[in-house]
Amino acid sequence: MTVTPLGIPRRLLEFTLDGQEVRVPEGSTVLDACRAAGKDVPTLCQGDTLRPKNACRVCVVEVEGSRTLVPACSRRAEPGMLVRTDTERARHSRKIVLELLASSVDLSTTERVAGWIKEYEAKPDRFGPDAARLGEEPRVDNDLYVRDYDKCILCYKCVDACGDQWQNTFAISVSGRGFDARIAVEQDAPLTDSACVYCGNCIEVCPTGALSFKSEFDMRAAGTWDETKQTETTTVCAYCGVGCNLTLHVQDNEIVKVTSPHDNPVTHGNLCIKGRFGYQHVQNRD
Amino acid sequence: MRKRQPKTYTRLTHPLVRDSRDEPFRRASWEEALDRAARGLDRNRGAFGMFSCARATNEMNYVAQKFARVVMGTNNVDSCNRTCHAPSVAGLSAAFGSGGGTSSYEEIEHTDVIVMWGSNARFAHPIFFQHVLKGIRNGARMYAVDPRRTSTAEWAESWLGLNVGTDIPMAHAIGREIIHAGLANDAFIERATTGFEEYRALVEPWTLSLAEKVTGVPARAIRELAHAYARAERAQLCWTLGITEHHNGTDNVRALINLSLLTGQVGRYGAGLQPLRGQNNVQGGGDMGAIPNRLPGFQDILDADTRLKFESAWNTVIEPHHGLNLTEMFEAMEAGSLRAVYCVGENPAQSEADSEQAVRRLRQLDFLLVQDIFLTRTAELADVVLPATAGWAETEGTTTNSERRVQRVRRAVTPPGEAREDVDIICELAARLGHDWKYADSEAVWNELRSLSPDHHGMTYERLEEHQGIQWPCPSTEDLEPTFLHGRLWEKDPARRGMPAPFGIVRHDPPVDLTDEEYPVRLTTGRRLDSYNTGVQSGGYASPLRRGEYVELSPEDAEHYGVVVGEEVQVSSRRGSVVAPVWIDPALRPGLAFMTMHFPDEVDTNQLTIEATCPIAGTAEFKASAIRIEKLPVATIVR
Amino acid sequence: MDLHFGDSKPTDDERAAVDALLGPPESSWEGADRSDADLRWARGGRAARDRRDLLLPGLHALSDRVGWISEGGLDYLCRRLTVPPAEAYGVATFYAMFSLRPRPATVLHVCTDLACTAAGAADLCAGVEAGLGPGVSVQRGPCLGLCERAPAALAVRAGDPVRTAVSAPATVREAVLAATAPDSAPEEPPAATAVPQAGDPGLVLLGRVGLVDPSSLDDYRAHGGYTALRRAFELGPAGVIREVTDSGLVGRGGAAFPTGRKWQATASQPDHPHYLVCNADESEPGTFKDRVLLEGDPYALVEAMTIAAYATGAHQGYVYLRGEYPRALRRLEHAIAQARARGFLGDDVLGQGHAFDIEIRRGAGAYICGEETALFNSIEGYRGEPRSKPPFPVEKGLFGKPTVENNVETLVNVLPILTMGAPAYAAIGTGKSTGPKLFCVSGSVDRPGVYELPFGATLGEVLELAGVRPGLRAVLLGGAAGGFVRPDELDIPLTFEGTREAGTTLGSGVVMAFDDSVPLPRLLLRIAEFFRDESCGQCVPCRVGTVRQEEALHRIVERTGAAAADDIALLREVGRALRDASICGLGQTAWNAVESAIDRLGAYA
Repeated sequence: MTVTPLGIPRRLLEFTLDGQEVRVPEGSTVLDACRAAGKDVPTLCQGDTLRPKNACRVCVVEVEGSRTLVPACSRRAEPGMLVRTDTERARHSRKIVLELLASSVDLSTTERVAGWIKEYEAKPDRFGPDAARLGEEPRVDNDLYVRDYDKCILCYKCVDACGDQWQNTFAISVSGRGFDARIAVEQDAPLTDSACVYCGNCIEVCPTGALSFKSEFDMRAAGTWDETKQTETTTVCAYCGVGCNLTLHVQDNEIVKVTSPHDNPVTHGNLCIKGRFGYQHVQNRD
Repeated sequence: MRKRQPKTYTRLTHPLVRDSRDEPFRRASWEEALDRAARGLDRNRGAFGMFSCARATNEMNYVAQKFARVVMGTNNVDSCNRTCHAPSVAGLSAAFGSGGGTSSYEEIEHTDVIVMWGSNARFAHPIFFQHVLKGIRNGARMYAVDPRRTSTAEWAESWLGLNVGTDIPMAHAIGREIIHAGLANDAFIERATTGFEEYRALVEPWTLSLAEKVTGVPARAIRELAHAYARAERAQLCWTLGITEHHNGTDNVRALINLSLLTGQVGRYGAGLQPLRGQNNVQGGGDMGAIPNRLPGFQDILDADTRLKFESAWNTVIEPHHGLNLTEMFEAMEAGSLRAVYCVGENPAQSEADSEQAVRRLRQLDFLLVQDIFLTRTAELADVVLPATAGWAETEGTTTNSERRVQRVRRAVTPPGEAREDVDIICELAARLGHDWKYADSEAVWNELRSLSPDHHGMTYERLEEHQGIQWPCPSTEDLEPTFLHGRLWEKDPARRGMPAPFGIVRHDPPVDLTDEEYPVRLTTGRRLDSYNTGVQSGGYASPLRRGEYVELSPEDAEHYGVVVGEEVQVSSRRGSVVAPVWIDPALRPGLAFMTMHFPDEVDTNQLTIEATCPIAGTAEFKASAIRIEKLPVATIVR
Repeated sequence: MDLHFGDSKPTDDERAAVDALLGPPESSWEGADRSDADLRWARGGRAARDRRDLLLPGLHALSDRVGWISEGGLDYLCRRLTVPPAEAYGVATFYAMFSLRPRPATVLHVCTDLACTAAGAADLCAGVEAGLGPGVSVQRGPCLGLCERAPAALAVRAGDPVRTAVSAPATVREAVLAATAPDSAPEEPPAATAVPQAGDPGLVLLGRVGLVDPSSLDDYRAHGGYTALRRAFELGPAGVIREVTDSGLVGRGGAAFPTGRKWQATASQPDHPHYLVCNADESEPGTFKDRVLLEGDPYALVEAMTIAAYATGAHQGYVYLRGEYPRALRRLEHAIAQARARGFLGDDVLGQGHAFDIEIRRGAGAYICGEETALFNSIEGYRGEPRSKPPFPVEKGLFGKPTVENNVETLVNVLPILTMGAPAYAAIGTGKSTGPKLFCVSGSVDRPGVYELPFGATLGEVLELAGVRPGLRAVLLGGAAGGFVRPDELDIPLTFEGTREAGTTLGSGVVMAFDDSVPLPRLLLRIAEFFRDESCGQCVPCRVGTVRQEEALHRIVERTGAAAADDIALLREVGRALRDASICGLGQTAWNAVESAIDRLGAYA
């Protein structure tokens, strides 16, 4: 018996995207279709290993017949849908969302956001010097993670990764409400008093650097973090027989960060504390 | 504040030698060290044993076993899979002719019932457990059989807290209940198995009420598990060291396999058997022939045609009998018939049960050659120590995981100092002993293996890269096989069905180390989430979870002995005694204690464990020792 | 689940409060003493995880007993329900009525919302704070749904049982009395006092309020109760849906979706079970009609829900009642118990073979939970955050199952539809807005209260009935999420289409009249503050946009003309994104009132 794993074939459906007829497999989101068509719709809270949360609203597009704008990341494509991604209305909302975020949190380590701010001509400063910000100091309460709330956009990805979508540890949740909502462990305690098992899967999905490995945080603080000098090599973890793929980020022959490919059939991008952090022994060189 | 960091090891950066065991090591050149090593091995031909490494690459294991067989002319090659999963391999191959787990991780996401038996995968195999959790979220019901109510067990529909070492009574009672309830899969039994009548007679005495008496688990709970497993359209049975680390580990494995044969829960998508491997390449080490009874590709060494194929490929003569396994090699050291050991990447001085005995035996050797990345306790006993590269981060090659997936490992960092790759070092030694092997790189080693192992033939490095690993068997370079093994058992045509799977006729045999008035507490062992084996690698990072070694007691026992968390107590078995602080874990019941082997430099748990081994697989009974807890006269509280 | 608990232990009171709700724990794994049997066999899995929906009732149980939710109490509840403490903490901190920090057992909630502010809430607050010692915590809060008796205060004293006292209209002395001795506070006036038309034989929805004893099932039946249900059984489920469809009934919560279509869509879903949810989380500032109906005629809702469940194939119904309505809760609890005891709820309603029962779930101070999907999350024991639609509730609603959700007023309309027949019902009102409509009139009027008028009555007619006072400056239609209109627009017909044509909204039927006593910018600021407080925080436009809106309104509170122009432009831009890009109605409407004040009333001009 020989089989090639293909899965059950999915039907294709057709709809109109910015005036062009496009065909996508049933179940695709509008965002999937946009990406397949080479359109750059900005996203922040969307994650390739997570169910869409559509909290950030930076990916909104116009769908004919819909009273409001529609998040591309979660809306499933439907046959005959008329979608426009680059209208003035959609661009306006994206601009405001970027302004609201950039005026309230530190986006300096959020990938690509600087480019979008420029592209959408967002001016976060116009809310004035007194605009409320999170303005919190990074919390460093253990040797592995740093929680820098000033960078948190509340995208929920860490909560989802820690919760029922992957890790099922449920160490963190959103607490409070509105502008005062925060990602927190129970009683807003230090991480070391929580259910956290330090798998780092929350950091893996954090889009802004609000959650970071202490190794990276310290190097950034010291000004030595330099991604252009880093290599990424994927290998296999040595800590048990499961065979998780590790991508080692190496700078100056030191492992500075460990991730896992999101499309890997063993890990789906997730690791445990040993795989994520247990590399130090190879570089105890003297 | 107690020091949370266990001993930190620094990398070996150059070879070390010494003229006598009384002297300290001195730095040596590679030339000198290799020459000395070659001389030491040469003079002990006929009394040589190779400890290969379940953590190194397939390529290294292939070359290591070839070194033993071709250069040293012996099948005495084994690795630490002996200390963990050899019974799984032995049991599975006895039943199915192949030693791998029969299912894939993805299948457990699409199954109906999951039995986790003697496995705290939540801690020991966290990413496998994520697949289990996907299954649970998809509606599967999970059952946990474990003396402790572990984190894994907390996810179960039903946790069965059996007495340590009563797995066979539990399994037999489940089997009997399935038969009596009319839930056995008669068609599968008829077509695909042998020995059912004998099995039926074997389990007949194991009524639910007898099982309740012996295992301590209520009959209703056992019955419920039996029915759930048998009635499931698909069921997965997973186990780990709770099954294998017993003096009758292989029997335990057979008893579990019997349940799959009884119900036809094997050889189909989503239905199968999944032993979870403890080390990154336990599976691959065996597959590569780094075991005393198999040639690469898990091919039988007693088969003359197979031997002939290897003999002509290697231009050598292979001994037509099994070599000594790790346990037997240690016994042979004691007897004086094994005089030299080449130990690659293993730490038996700390990982073996009854570690004091293991150290004593290693000391008796004429020549001990250790190749490692650290100066481990074992390396400290050596005559020559060779600095190696870390298999997973400094070496090119492949490893094979628990679902038989061969995956590429790659060099990401430059090794320190003069450290060299295992394969290069072994080849250097082989050359000095008259065998000039030429391997341009790891791929060349792999291609030699592919030419000899049909199961690996289709796995070129290129394809491994393309598919993010490929599961064996993979005979073709064009196609991929199904994710599960033994689909043949369901074939209608008897010729295609092949060898039927025999029921294992195995009997209950309680743990060797009995509890009594003097040693009233049952000690069992296992892993914690953030640490690994003897802690040599995992000790290198600062885990916020780590609290060092403790002897974990039930709240009732703590009260009974009048001890509190952090208080040091004397823990003694019939073999040794250690001092360890107390931790209180409600997952334990009175009379049951738990320790790990992660911090041997602080608390050497293996001074307590018993060297009672499985006669088939050679694995020791780490999971069951009898101990005594004594309050120290002056309480020392460490927290 | 492998949950992590800290070392904190529950007090005896906390344990008793939780056990009173859930029954005693069955094993040591759930918090009982350890037994040998527990250490050999433990059950868990799905059954244990499936009780998450008891989290909110459990939080209420703790808060009701001790006044706040301690770590030990929360941990115990989590252990009992197999809920991760971090998630429970996230849920508990979502609701304004819960405190996770110690506070006095007695809390006095003082409404500072629009109607109460106009009626002097600021002085009331200052007065009670001066008059009460440290033994009472005074909390300023959004609308308590007592606008016809503004200003209002609600005292809650934790204990066994919890005691409450409403003081409205509140004087400082009365509010202090309610807080210090809730048991001896005077009884609230009957519900009928909130219905100035009470006794008018033409009333269709409010007809029984003031006429029947709200505690008596027999009295209800003597006044026509349960004739509609009997009629429903005669018609069969499809027949009921046809009648409701033909009646033209549309949802009264503000979205005006045709009820018959919603029922049909739910009834035809192949997935089971189906659920019925009654949205009684009446939290729109200025709205209090559900309270009056539940206090004055609770069996009407029970009967209407039974009909809705029968038509849509639901066997379990939930009433999500806002937490600030203690008397409505008591009356509805009593009515449900009576109906159950008499076979009007249960396995075999009226002997007709249909099983149906109702559970009440109390909200805990979150406006957002009035959003239909946020309400589902709240019932399920999650944070009351709205879900993304589609999928719509008729397909995946409560517990992911097909769910029909209607508000109280909508459901109560089903009774006259069945008793008078669809054609007669549809003859009431206008062609597009059929039936009678309830209006909550408050503010600058002589006779505030709930008014029932056929659709099509003009704003002026409603105000006249209520005795509008001279000096009318503006009328807020639809509450905080609605819009202001001018005194010269009183001829707007109060229908969905009429208000839409006039560029405003009917919303939930709030008609709040303002004179000059409170400056408009102050009202707008209060509205902005309300949305900032009540935003769940899930989506960026609403979480940050409501803050930026409030900040801008603060800046221009004393400015006009060119000095305000930049900020008004900013408000428009943010408002547009709020409306276009927010997940749910809260964010989408958060700028409505402000926009209408600028455009219609010329605020800041």
